[in-house]
Amino acid sequence: MKITVERDALVDGLAWVSRSLSSRPIMPILLGISLEAAAGNLHLAAYDQEISGEAEVTAQVDAPGKAVVSGRLFTDVIRSLPHKPITFALEGSRLNITCGSSRFALPTMNAEDYPTLPILPAAAGEVDGELLSHAIAQVAVAAGRDDSLPVLTGVHVEIEGDKVTLAATDRYRLAVREFNWSSQKPNTSASALIRGRTLSEVAKSLSGNSKVTFALAPSGSHEHLVGFSTENRTTTTRMLDGTFPPYRHLLPNEASSVAIVEVSALMEAVRRVAVVVDKTSSLKLNFSDGALRLDAKSTDEAQATEEIAVDFEGDEISIAFNPTFLTDGLTAVGTPFVHIAFTASNKPAVLSGKASKDAAADDSYRYLLMPMRY
Amino acid sequence: MRDEATILHIDMDAFYASASLIARPELRGKPVVIGAGPRSVVLSATYEARALGIHAAMPVGRARRLAPHAIFIEPDHELYADISASVMEVFRSFTPLVEPLSLDEAFLDVAGVRRLIGDPIHIAESIRTRIADEQQITCSVGIATTKFVAKIASQHCKPDGLLKIEGDDVLTFLHPLPVKALWGVGPKTEEVLSRLGLRTIADVAHTPKTTLERALGQSAGEHLHNLAWGRDEREVYPWEPEKSISAAETFGEDLDDEEAILRELLRLTERVTQRLRERGFKARTIGISVRFADFSTISRSKTVRDATSVTHDIFETARSLYQNLHLDRVRVRLVSVRLENLEQAGESAEQLLLTQGPKWAESDQARDQANRRFGRGSVRPARLLRRPTRDAQDDSK
Repeated sequence: MKITVERDALVDGLAWVSRSLSSRPIMPILLGISLEAAAGNLHLAAYDQEISGEAEVTAQVDAPGKAVVSGRLFTDVIRSLPHKPITFALEGSRLNITCGSSRFALPTMNAEDYPTLPILPAAAGEVDGELLSHAIAQVAVAAGRDDSLPVLTGVHVEIEGDKVTLAATDRYRLAVREFNWSSQKPNTSASALIRGRTLSEVAKSLSGNSKVTFALAPSGSHEHLVGFSTENRTTTTRMLDGTFPPYRHLLPNEASSVAIVEVSALMEAVRRVAVVVDKTSSLKLNFSDGALRLDAKSTDEAQATEEIAVDFEGDEISIAFNPTFLTDGLTAVGTPFVHIAFTASNKPAVLSGKASKDAAADDSYRYLLMPMRY
Repeated sequence: MRDEATILHIDMDAFYASASLIARPELRGKPVVIGAGPRSVVLSATYEARALGIHAAMPVGRARRLAPHAIFIEPDHELYADISASVMEVFRSFTPLVEPLSLDEAFLDVAGVRRLIGDPIHIAESIRTRIADEQQITCSVGIATTKFVAKIASQHCKPDGLLKIEGDDVLTFLHPLPVKALWGVGPKTEEVLSRLGLRTIADVAHTPKTTLERALGQSAGEHLHNLAWGRDEREVYPWEPEKSISAAETFGEDLDDEEAILRELLRLTERVTQRLRERGFKARTIGISVRFADFSTISRSKTVRDATSVTHDIFETARSLYQNLHLDRVRVRLVSVRLENLEQAGESAEQLLLTQGPKWAESDQARDQANRRFGRGSVRPARLLRRPTRDAQDDSK
């Protein structure tokens, strides 16, 4: 193998695949990144049995070939190199790296031992990368973090024809996001449960792309993979085992009152007042005509109050929330205004976005937040 | 140092034994030993049993050989903790400056409450009367200008006594005592001192400080010299022990079967959560300890997001703590369950759940009611229907 690549393109490609590097692998070879050069391309791959990552980098290939090098070491070396073309040459079991006046020789692992990476599932469609990554971020915030309830650490993905629904809940809140994609097959029906943390990371690295192919194994198949790919990047993730709890019946159909609030004003007020809230106390919100009063009290008696103007219609309501869960929701709606629907002070409130004060509420995203009993 | 004797050291007399006899008055005046299991040690003994040579921390087997006719009874740690809490409350009703040393002794500083309540002797007598009335146990009180002398005074007037040492009398009281009465003098130091020919506190007091420092090290030497002259600058440091509830089970024989051990964990959880609910608390931290056949012990704990008093939830946490140890048929001698970070139920706002699971809290309530009415254990989880292995102990602070 003898090739020359641009440093920046290689660094980007490595950043993508190194997310999938094992830190404590079952097979030592999985500590490595696989490099494969052929026909004007350098193909990078890493795999840790839960997720795989592959990237293509344009290269001038003088001699095709394969090598597996320690992922950590290789990434560190490449990052440290100056902005100049990098040449790789495999000599015996060593990979020589030349860049400007720097030279490195890295040991390689046996490329024959490198496992075959999982291939993208068949049922696929396309979606805008920015949209997908925002949608994932909106939902993943509600995923559980407690590994003793593994099902709740996942984001549930459901595909019915052209519609994709993402949902996650930690039992305190539930986030649901719907969006359209262009399915390659018209009657696609599939669902999957993917670890929220993994999906969020994928989302972050997808955001710059205009088109993402998104694929998951159809329901009932034995494949347990979800895949994302862009022009020159691919990643697959294993699905979580278990059944995501049914959640649609939790979404209330009607509301007894509705508040429309400017997100930034509410967010600032919550952050200020919540300073006195400790782990065991709540933030109380009192909505009445035109005004929202926030009250917080810690168990050792520090108090805070703030009032802001809101549009409010319906029955007056006092309701208490965990302030962190509330700000999570306000951040997730991602619009200047938020539409909050209430039914009772012991029933979930529903947050959804509003582009402006008078715009219609955008139901494509809903964040159900269960109150606290105070 | 203060001019007036206002530091009280209060020590319950043969606390564990006296407490155990409250429910069994027929045993009063007899040699009674607390500690009965073949693998336990003596926790305490009545003065009658002590006369036979039995003392705390002695293996029960040896005590039985020494005093075959003594009465051996199981300790009831729950009872001790309850009495101790009530006793400390009595102390705190006289002065906020209470420094508990253990379940059965404490220092009190009454300098600030003399105007309000009366002189230290009056306070001490009131406390002794109240504790005798309310708890039916006696205590001894030493009063002095320093913590150190107060403690010696209370030991001196035991049982059921009161002794006040005024500042002027300290040296007369102290100097004839043997050196081992000095705070910090154990067998080893005693030996060093005896090699120097020092037997009484007076001997130590009249030895040049430099000689003591050379023999015992600078700080210990200086410390002893000060004590020997009745100088002790330490103040009464008030604190309240962290509230916790725990229960432990030493198995009749070591267990290695996970099912059996989990069953014991459930039984212990059942016991601690019942007490937790009786006292109106919820716990945020759940811990377990496992002691192996070789006496090595490991403890694990987990702090949960929402404080709980639900037996089912607490058991699930205890179970996962145990299972995460990944023990593979290791022989286990003792397990314990501990609840910490207690808070008053209703004190904190409760985060509601979107979906209600099974109503464990209601099931606990119903069970507690039945158990109050028909006796402890009349309703319990089906897994616990078989009779337990013996030698249980409870412990709470």
